[in-house]
Amino acid sequence: MISPAVNAAYDVESLRAEFPVLGEQVHGKSLVYFDNAATTQKPKQVIEAVDHYYRAYNSNVHRGAHMLSSLATEAQENAREALRAHINARRAHEVVFTAGTTASLNMAAGSLGQLLLKPGDEVLVTAMEHHANIVPWQFACERHGAKLKVVPITGEGELDLPVIPGLPRNPGLFTDQPGQAPNPGLFTDRTKILAIAHVSNTLGTINPVKELVAEAKRRGIATVVDGAQAIAHLPVDVQDLGCDLYAFSGHKMYAPTGIGVLYGREELLEQMPPWSGGGEMIDRVTFERTTYAGLPFKFEAGTPHIAGIIGLGAAVNWIESRGKEAMAAHEEALLEHATETLSAIDGLRIIGTAAKKVGVVSFVVEGVHHSDLGTLLDQQGIAVRTGHHCTQPLMQCFNITGTTRASFAPYNTIGEVDAMVAATRRAVNMLR
Amino acid sequence: MTTPIAQIQQELVDEFAMFQDWQDRYEHLIGMAKGLQTIDPSRKLDDNLVRGCQSRVWLHGEKVDGKVCFTADSDALITKGIVALLVRVYSGHTPQEILGASSEFIDRIGLRQHLSPNRANGLSAMIDQMKHYALAFSA
Ligand SMILES: Cc1ncc(COP(=O)(O)O)c(C=O)c1O
Repeated sequence: MISPAVNAAYDVESLRAEFPVLGEQVHGKSLVYFDNAATTQKPKQVIEAVDHYYRAYNSNVHRGAHMLSSLATEAQENAREALRAHINARRAHEVVFTAGTTASLNMAAGSLGQLLLKPGDEVLVTAMEHHANIVPWQFACERHGAKLKVVPITGEGELDLPVIPGLPRNPGLFTDQPGQAPNPGLFTDRTKILAIAHVSNTLGTINPVKELVAEAKRRGIATVVDGAQAIAHLPVDVQDLGCDLYAFSGHKMYAPTGIGVLYGREELLEQMPPWSGGGEMIDRVTFERTTYAGLPFKFEAGTPHIAGIIGLGAAVNWIESRGKEAMAAHEEALLEHATETLSAIDGLRIIGTAAKKVGVVSFVVEGVHHSDLGTLLDQQGIAVRTGHHCTQPLMQCFNITGTTRASFAPYNTIGEVDAMVAATRRAVNMLR
Repeated sequence: MTTPIAQIQQELVDEFAMFQDWQDRYEHLIGMAKGLQTIDPSRKLDDNLVRGCQSRVWLHGEKVDGKVCFTADSDALITKGIVALLVRVYSGHTPQEILGASSEFIDRIGLRQHLSPNRANGLSAMIDQMKHYALAFSA
């Protein structure tokens, strides 16, 4: 019997009590929510902050000459400051509010593409990117006549890189002379932008972003990091990472949907052209010429998702009160236990076995279709995601059509992992 | 004499009403999947894929003696069970009978509330595709 390495001091029950939805039943069974990489549940502190805003001081920001507007504006800017501190940005105006990671990456690709890309230039992404960090770059490449290049991955689901100690693969990656097998130098003198996931949503792999960014920076390449899956699970320090832009979504860090962030290094944001036009983002408008507002408002056209921003600020405060490290250690114990117990199922193969992972376990079972498994797990009260997880190119690398993915959060328990494993065994028996 | 569509639908509703829990219901569907008259491998073409399903579902219709005969397959077993159930209902009837048949038996079986939203969409897409064949053959 495997005895899971759970820290006795970690009070998962008191943490669960803060998430009202965890008390729900599905198909007559207690909910086991393992779809946290898609969206996390919300603690009552976040729900109450949003509720309180609508009940007590709903108003537009930066516009009204009245008390409620000042309160709403203050709450929005407090949230911005909380986010600044959380990711250790130098200035609060480096935190731009967007609708989410997808919106952030579209803005990054659109605006940075316009600033940097010329015909024949190259944008480098990786084989494990979410479609949200592929398609906007395809748009930008098409618009400016640039080319998309891809960093390959290994069978374990790690980036195939030479710079990582102990992984002396593909010395060609960092050469300026293309043509070396198997992967000709991916960074060339035409590479203008590197866009990379901090953590893979399908595999859980934690990428060596800091090292890659340092290498890119040395070559004058702009760096964009998709932090959607990192922000709730890893300490994120944008100054330490050194990246130019960092994108994430509120809803994957216990906050509402429809709100997210694009962090940008001040000097770069100043140079980047605005991406959408409208109210709030201007300084002066005439029909002949418009001048833009300063940061961050240049990138925040229109009325923002004020309730979402306030909820996001509350989520950051909640994370900090609970401690990201303690929660991450708990998730790691869940991951370890799930990996061991799932692996014991006959014919089950884990997709994504990188040395450094967050609490995501994707797997396939021989002779069993992931959608059948997902259906039968749901019947047993267990919520997972099945399919390609918006990473179709990655599925092609592994030559599979999809996986079943369980992704963990601080409120999950070892007992729930055991329930999932038992339910998986039962489902597999029915399906084979 | 072929059994009218409404009667087959009622038989299915009665069959599923016997099951107490989800496991029996799904085991029955899986059993139906295993009994499906599958599509000829040469017809497993992308053109015969039903759009709107998470797993791949192939459906082919043919007119034989004035009646539409369906064969199908899927790479997922439960999906195959669902398409088998629909083939049992709609195959072997005239285009007019198929076009005139209601699909509310799905709700009476209690299947829809046990299907995820994308499976429920997939099920509707399969019925649409069958009616589409019937319409084409009625011309
Ligand atoms: C790695 C990654 N990037 C981007 C996204 C897109 O995030 P959103 O849908 O919140 O815009 C996701 C969400 O699944 C993700 O996991």
